[in-house]
Parts: sequence; structure tokens; C-alpha cells
Amino acid sequence: MQVARSPKVYDVCIIGSGASGGTAAKVLTEGGLSVALLEAGPPIVPERDYKEHVWPYELPHRGGGVGAKKRQGVGDEFMAPNGAWEIEGEPYTTAPGSTFRWFRSRIVGGRTNHWGRIALRFAPVDFKVRSHDGMGDDWPLSYDDVAPYYDKVESYIGVFGSKENIPSAPDGIFLPPPKMRCTETIIKKACDKLSILCVPSRLAILTQPHNGRAACHYCAQCGRGCVTASNFSSSQVMIPPAQDTGRLTMITGAMARELIVGKDGKVSAVSYIDKTTRSEKRVHARAFIVAGSTCESTRLLLNSKSTLFPDGLANSSGVVGKNLMDTVGSDGGGYFPNLEKMPPHNHDGVGGMHMYLPWWKFDRKNDFLRGYHTEFGGGRGMPGVGDWDDLCDHVEGYGSSLKQMAKKTYGTYIGFAGRGEMIPNENCYCEIDPTVVDQWGIPVLRFHWKWSDNEIKMARDMQQTYREIVEAAGGTYMTNTSPDGQHPYGLADGGVIIHEVGTVRMGERPATSALNQYCQAHDVKNLFVTDAACFVTNADKNPTLTIMALTWRASDYLMDQAKKGNL
Amino acid sequence: MTMSRRDILKSLTITAITGSVLRVIPIEAAEFAHHMVASEKAAAKAGAYAPKFFLGHDYKTLQSLCQTIIPADDQAGGAIEAGAPEFIDLITSENKDYQLSLGGGLMWLDVTCTDRYGSRYLECTADQQKEILDQIAYSKNAKTDPSLGAGVEFFALLRKFTADAYFTSEIGIKYLGYVGNTFLKEFPGCPPVPEA
Repeated sequence: MQVARSPKVYDVCIIGSGASGGTAAKVLTEGGLSVALLEAGPPIVPERDYKEHVWPYELPHRGGGVGAKKRQGVGDEFMAPNGAWEIEGEPYTTAPGSTFRWFRSRIVGGRTNHWGRIALRFAPVDFKVRSHDGMGDDWPLSYDDVAPYYDKVESYIGVFGSKENIPSAPDGIFLPPPKMRCTETIIKKACDKLSILCVPSRLAILTQPHNGRAACHYCAQCGRGCVTASNFSSSQVMIPPAQDTGRLTMITGAMARELIVGKDGKVSAVSYIDKTTRSEKRVHARAFIVAGSTCESTRLLLNSKSTLFPDGLANSSGVVGKNLMDTVGSDGGGYFPNLEKMPPHNHDGVGGMHMYLPWWKFDRKNDFLRGYHTEFGGGRGMPGVGDWDDLCDHVEGYGSSLKQMAKKTYGTYIGFAGRGEMIPNENCYCEIDPTVVDQWGIPVLRFHWKWSDNEIKMARDMQQTYREIVEAAGGTYMTNTSPDGQHPYGLADGGVIIHEVGTVRMGERPATSALNQYCQAHDVKNLFVTDAACFVTNADKNPTLTIMALTWRASDYLMDQAKKGNL
Repeated sequence: MTMSRRDILKSLTITAITGSVLRVIPIEAAEFAHHMVASEKAAAKAGAYAPKFFLGHDYKTLQSLCQTIIPADDQAGGAIEAGAPEFIDLITSENKDYQLSLGGGLMWLDVTCTDRYGSRYLECTADQQKEILDQIAYSKNAKTDPSLGAGVEFFALLRKFTADAYFTSEIGIKYLGYVGNTFLKEFPGCPPVPEA
């Protein structure tokens, strides 16, 4: 193996091109800095990679993939090539008794090519949880510190929504929301009856032309990638303006192995595997932003051991890898006979919900701490393989009766997805597996996971709520869950909601945190970790908007410190 | 607007590589590209499908079963017209599990029909075919007669794949009444919901 060394020294090297890395690349290059951006995967090419508007019958496998192995779920043939639960040659392990699933993306833009575009601000209380209920820790910053950056991000990327003045769901800078679909009309009515909040959702999808991007054309296929870039992805919205500055050097197929520390205790280079040539290369820079996604960033720090930092970089506190959190997820759904009478009509809309249920029980005593929001959807969507499994199992038989039943019940199902806050606990963490390496020789992560009672109680509340809503709307709740077993009350396995955060957390005290409030390592001043690894808590808000706001804030701070000669 | 397919694809490619949000293709061009690709695909007449796994007699049996699961009626064609046998043959040829469950299931059906009626399923009378299908089409029958277990399991999987193929076909989507996968300037919202 050859080790090639590039003599060029960039101002900043960013590792990872997703929500965080893309934001940092835009802000820093527009601020005049030269940036090298490392991405472990290839570029994304919409003309080749996007299957927008393709009908299932235009593909021989109808979208289900070779051998029908992708009949359902993330990763069918239509989805943009945005990540996978398993990557060949790049394993991870779980400790005995733990179940954890890790969705990883290896492509320019990372998981922003995939996410639901749900763009929710943390509420003021979400940053001060310990002061509020005594559990977990407070962030070393407040809502007021982050709010100007939420404004910047929303103004730039475009988020639709409505001003509601709900304490648990702060308003932002919104484009107009789209009109309700039929399914949403029905649920809104039921929620009003039950005094449950149901308001326009907040999604990073354009309902008007915005910053040179066209408005949404309402095909509901955001997950396939959008050729008009009417939804947000880092690859289409953050990286292009960085490239336009002429100061961005994009290095794809670059799997970071280790951060190299100089005698002065600062990071001098990142050593990476060039996947094309399978050779090891280095990029030198004056400052480093690690943004490879929460667990991948953690892995890089823990694998960067030196005599100065024997337990891994930025880890004198020992917290790196600890406090791993995902979102509490439990799903349910029901059948709505009144939808049978709907005439055929275009029900597509944007690629996600037009309405959602923010956390509404924030002003009362519940039998669990923190809260959850609820996403819901269903109705007359584009038919796909696997959609009729439940019907087939339920009605059985064959012939005209089966055919007619499929038509009669098409579009009559609405599903709910609870997404709640998990409280960090000592049983949930990741570490370097002492014996397993990936195909590049890089030691892999081993996960430990155990839910606490709070999450189980929250999942129970979700199930009760969805049953109430479905029944109030005249439907039949069809989800059965059990209080025990691997998935109590339908609680999804750790990692499955793909909101992992917290393993390189920020904090005021270097003894109990790895980063300061600007995502800068307490131990290494030219090192920043800006993805969701820096989170202190995992509020019931999807992390992406907050990742971008915190990254923008950290990037401003980095530029300011660089000007002052403090890095 | 006169743009060739090549121009459209080129503009899409440029967008991808240079990627500036200010150079994203306009919605009209994207819509035009979509319609052009769709009409080209519709015009390209698919050649006759050559079965890869279910051959000869077996393929004919598969066709017959699919069409029985979702028959033609006065509203829409059936499973054969929707391409179900091709789809099922293709995915079975690629998946060893399905080769066992569907390939083995078809053999089970022929063996069982030969035992009972003296001929394979396809050569049985309509009444005989209905009799055996009525038994394997319901899971409760396997509980009372465990010898039907393999047949019930086979039929349940075949029914799912037939439904997959039918309702993702052009005629199946039209039959269901899915309206969408197109470009709208505005999302119209929900038409009046009839009273429950």
C-alpha cells in the first residue's frame, strides 16, 4: 500500500457531505475559506440515480428489485441510492443482548437524500431539560442562541408551515403550507374533537419558487430524489453554492480512517482510504470539521489514538460514544370506511405529510417524561409491490371477490408514526469492537442498547392515542401490540428511526462533555464535531434542522476564531 | 419548445454535475422529459417474454393460476394481461427461496391433483380445479387438514405476487383509480368527502 501525501494545506477540511458537512461547506467557502470536503461515497447524479415519475410497470421487477428482495420499505428500486441497513464489507457489531440497527449513507449529500424533510425547531425547554424535570443534561446554550440560525437555515433552504404559537413547537420562517389531503381532513376533524393539536407540518419542500429553485410539482416522490430540487438535500442545495465559490475541493470515495495530531496537540491531517485505488492518502488543513454522521464521527475519533490522546481524540472526558440516543418510535394505523366512497382524485401532494400532530400534552402531568410528535399518512398513493400483503392475508380466497375487495379498500388506510424523545441512559452507547475491522482495515463500532421504562410508557401512550383518533374518525384501529417482548407497545428497535445522536456531546464542563457550545473540542481547539453527535438531548423533533443550525453557528464561530488567530 | 430527448438528458446531466441551484432545470423541461420518456416506453412494444424458471407445462399452469386469482371482468383485464406470470417467473428465477416455495408448490399441486383426480391441475375439470383451490385458498383448512399445509402456503405466496403484479400494472393501477404521478402547479386538496 502506498501512502501519498498532498502538500497543500486547506483552511478547513470537512469530513462528510450531509446536512452538517454541506452546511459547513457553504458557510465557510462563502466566507472566503478554502475547503476540502471528504465524502466516503460517490457523487449523486440525478439523471442516472433519480427514478422520479417512473411507473412500477416500466421496470421488470415493478420496483421490488431482483428476486423481489426489496418488496417493501426503504431501498426499493425507486428510491434515490441514499443508504442501506447493511453495507457489504463494512460491518458493525452489537453486544450480546443488544439490538441496534445502523442506517448508513455513502453518497454526496448523505442521508439528506433520504430524510423526510421534516424540519422542526427544538423548543426552548428542549435545551434545558434537566432544569425542567431533573433527567439528562441541559445544553450549554439556549433556544435564543440557536434561533437566529434556525432563521438563517429556514430562509435559505425553504420550509413550509404555519404560525401556530405552540410552546412545544416554535414557529419559524415559513412558506405557505399545501392544502390538506382527504386523509388529513378526516384526521384533523377527529383531533379537533379530541382536543389534540393537528396543524400544517413543517417540511423543507418549496411551495413557492425560492432562491432559484422551482416550486414543488406535487408528485409525492421526494424519496426518489427531485430533479427540480424543490425539496432540500445537501447535494442539491448546500454543495452547489460552495462549488460556485471556486474554493471547494470535493474528494469523493474517501473513507476517513484517522485524524493525525501534530506535536502541538492540534489536528494536522486526516488520513483516508481512497476507495478507487485502495491507497491511503492524507489531507492537511488548519482546522477540521467532523460531520460523518453521529456514529461514524464517533468511530473516527475513537480510532484516532495517539500518545497525547490514548483514549481517542477529544475524549479526555471519556464521553465519546456514550449517551447514544435514537427516537422513540411506535406505529399504528386503521381502516376508514368513509374513504371507500371517495371518487378517484389526485392525492399525491408533497413527498410527506401536509399535517402533523405536535406534542400537545406539554402542560399536564403524564406518566412519562418528555413528549412526542406524530406523523401520519395514507390514502390513495401510487400502488407498489407489497401493498396488498395484508389484504391477501386478511380476505384470502381468489377471483372476482379478491379483485373487487382490493379496489374497494384501496386508499382507506391511514398510518400514524409516533416520534418521541428518549432520555439517555448508561446502557446505550457505542465503542470500538476490539476484534472486527472493515474491508479497509478500520476497526468497527460495537453497539450496546437498552430502552428504559420511560420510552416504553411513551410507546404505550402513542398506541392509546392512535386508537382514540382512529375510532373518533369512524375508523377501525388495526394495530395489535403487546406490552412485553422485543417490541413493547410497538417500540421500534434502537437505530431504526435513524435519529441517532449524542455520542460526542457538547457541554460547559470538559469533565463531562467533549465539545463546547460551538461544537469545538475542549481538548483540541482546531477540531469541531458538528453533526448530531454534538447533541445533548434528542428532543421529539427530527434532528436535521437543528444539525444545520448548529453547524451554521459553529462555522461562523470558526471563521471568527480563525480571524482572531485563535485556531 | 422543441427539445430532443438528448438535449433534455444533457441538461439534466449538467444540472447533476455542476449542480448550481440556479441552474436547476425549469419545471417545464422536467415535465417535458417525463412525458417524453413515458411515451417512448409506452411505444416500445415489449417482445414476447421467454420464461426463465417455470417452463412449458409449469408456465401454463402458472398462467392459469394467476388468471384465476385475478380474473378479467367487465371493468378490467386479468392477471395475464397485467403481466403477472412474467413478473412471478422473473423474480422466482432470481430467488432460491421462491424456487422452493413456488416451484415446489406447483409440483405439490400437480401431484395432489394426480392423486385425487388422476390428472395434473391443468388437465383437471373446472369443478376439480375449483375444489382444490377452494381448499388451499384459506389458511383455516390447513388447520383441519394438515396435509393441505404446503398447498396453502404456496397459494398464499402466489396470491401476494399476483396482486403485486396486477396492481402495479397499467391496467391494475387504472382499475384501482390511482390518479397522480404527474406535474401539478397547485395541489388541489381534498374534494368533498361523502358522508359516512
